[in-house]
Amino acid sequence: MKKDVKLLVNGKRIDGRTPEQLRPIEMKVDTISRADGSAEVRFGNTVALASVYGPRTLHPKFLQEQESGIIRVRYNMVPFSVDERKSPGPDRRSMELSKVMRLALEPAIFLEDFPKATVDVFVDILQADGSTRVTGINAASLALVCAGVPMRDLVAACSVGKIEGTLIVDLNGIEDNNSESDMAVAMMPGREEITLLQMDGELDKQEVMKLLSFARENCRKIYELQKQTIKEKYKSE
Amino acid sequence: MQEKYVLELLENGKRIDGRRFDEYREIKVEKGMVQKAEGSALVSIGKTKVAAGVKLEVGEPFPDAPNEGILIVNAEFSPIASPDFEAGPPGEDAVELARIVDRTLRESKCIQLEKLVISPQNVFIVFVDLHIINHYGNLIDASGLAAIAALKNARIPKVEEGKIVRGEFTGSLPLVFTPVIVSVCKIGNNFLIDPELQEENVLDSRLVVGVREDDKICAMQKQGSKPLKFSDVEKMLEIAIAKSKELRKLVE
Amino acid sequence: MIVLPGEFIEERKGRKLGKGVYEENGKVFAKVLGLPRVTDTEVSVIPLSGAYLPNVGDRVIGVVSTVEIAGWFVDINSPYLAFLPLGEAVEEFVDTSRVDLSRYFDTGDVIFCRISKVTKSKDVQVSMRDMVSRKLYGGVLIKVTPYKVPRIIGKGGSMIQMIKQKTKCEIYVGQNGVIWIRGENKGKAIEAILTIERESHTSGLTERIERMLST
Repeated sequence: MKKDVKLLVNGKRIDGRTPEQLRPIEMKVDTISRADGSAEVRFGNTVALASVYGPRTLHPKFLQEQESGIIRVRYNMVPFSVDERKSPGPDRRSMELSKVMRLALEPAIFLEDFPKATVDVFVDILQADGSTRVTGINAASLALVCAGVPMRDLVAACSVGKIEGTLIVDLNGIEDNNSESDMAVAMMPGREEITLLQMDGELDKQEVMKLLSFARENCRKIYELQKQTIKEKYKSE
Repeated sequence: MQEKYVLELLENGKRIDGRRFDEYREIKVEKGMVQKAEGSALVSIGKTKVAAGVKLEVGEPFPDAPNEGILIVNAEFSPIASPDFEAGPPGEDAVELARIVDRTLRESKCIQLEKLVISPQNVFIVFVDLHIINHYGNLIDASGLAAIAALKNARIPKVEEGKIVRGEFTGSLPLVFTPVIVSVCKIGNNFLIDPELQEENVLDSRLVVGVREDDKICAMQKQGSKPLKFSDVEKMLEIAIAKSKELRKLVE
Repeated sequence: MIVLPGEFIEERKGRKLGKGVYEENGKVFAKVLGLPRVTDTEVSVIPLSGAYLPNVGDRVIGVVSTVEIAGWFVDINSPYLAFLPLGEAVEEFVDTSRVDLSRYFDTGDVIFCRISKVTKSKDVQVSMRDMVSRKLYGGVLIKVTPYKVPRIIGKGGSMIQMIKQKTKCEIYVGQNGVIWIRGENKGKAIEAILTIERESHTSGLTERIERMLST
């Protein structure tokens, strides 16, 4: 699986990028009119659609938290989003990612402002070419803001990794599967707080911290893009 | 009910069972207790008990890895272990735990999967099943330890004409590393390890770290609903690396 | 100039924190996407979107959803259901052991009322004990984004007055984004209102609406 793919040739990555280069990013908001808030985010060929419904009443009642609201997040990959058709419905990976994404967004939300109610976040990956969970988080964050959900800050996320000793950002599908190490980070950049951190690989502590620092820089770039996207859309208000 | 009390204690530098912040509860490791399994272990950390069983099957390799055996990790949060566990397919916590253990084992390259090929298109599938028996906090460290302990005493069964002959063995599972999992928790401004049940309910966030004996970090996962600072991560990694050595001694 | 959650607005300087903001270390930040409003006494952000979250004093239009023994539950277009207690709706003494409250308000009835109480866990109470509150008969209801209500009402009520006059319709506008209209020309009134909602940020809107209503 690994090792037969040359990921770095003359300092250029498999898709021609330099190690610190993000893929072309597109962000749009209010793409799904039925939702209270929605967004579409593309990082190269990875496309995530997010919809937010709420705050809305939570049924059944036993799920309600008296003192604060809850958020529920569903991460889902559309069957035709990948090379080998993915059977519809939740699988173990989607379950874990749904949980991890919920925990990435929760710290940013003022749950106490909507007790007994829920904010439901749905993220569908329309096309998967690596870094789907962070693309999903970036989309969900935009959708939450557009839905008017009270938040402390936006959440920006990115993936970083190591291939052939070099640190790279925004891993595409091939890099995701073949890198020596990959890390997904989500943070509230205005507050310098990390809300999602997952890493696989073989790194010593210094390398982990270096990768984390690299992620922080890139999350900031993405944060600026997110803010710009919303301001552009609502500039005439 | 006792959450407020637990939190008060912690703010005063104390824990409900009197431990230090960097102290594990008493850990017991029992190996090979299930004869039917190719490898097994029972780990208890304080009152938390997790059993791990290794079963080997034969099957086709994955198309993108034809020269490797297969590793599959599963976790069952059995209803016997807690009033909060329900019968049925694994929920998100069970799935997450299994996947973290899986990543730790896989990324550490502790199992030499390339040595598990029997013949072209026929490889060993190593199933590591984690079964929670009593949930009293820190299931993940216990599961990680049980998994590696079970793998350490796992034996390769004899294969005749592409089929496994149970009860007869040809050697041990080819293991080259001993990765362990250490969870480091943040509560207020304190870092502690091995949260027991009531502490788990009040912790702010947790960093689960898979560490190999050469201090390489093989897997990392942040849990919990409060964010972490960058400096927290560094401190937590240091604690995890230091504590991993203690855990590893128990399974060598 | 809109603000996003997490954006710094102003130093608090002892002022009241209105809706849509939060404070940290004496600095006030936006909590929601919206327009900041800073006065000498208050810092707040008017949200651009979001579900209607009730505030005491708001005048809203609700629909009775269930009849209880000593009051009614009312749908106020919010994640939270409001309760109208018997004592806040009916002046005379009512023997609840004998009388079915549906004789006063029944499921589906439309009322114009006032938010009288909101607890921390968002239990909401409404009241009709004032001259303006009343049951609204007939007519139809439409929903708009609560944020657009001020524009629909207009400065000093000028916009809504113009619509009422030109269409000869009776119109009640709830701060919860629910609007009640009755009259033969209600179609025109509704069109005008929805146009305002859609184009609230454009210039020359008042003239366009006037022209639309005059045809």
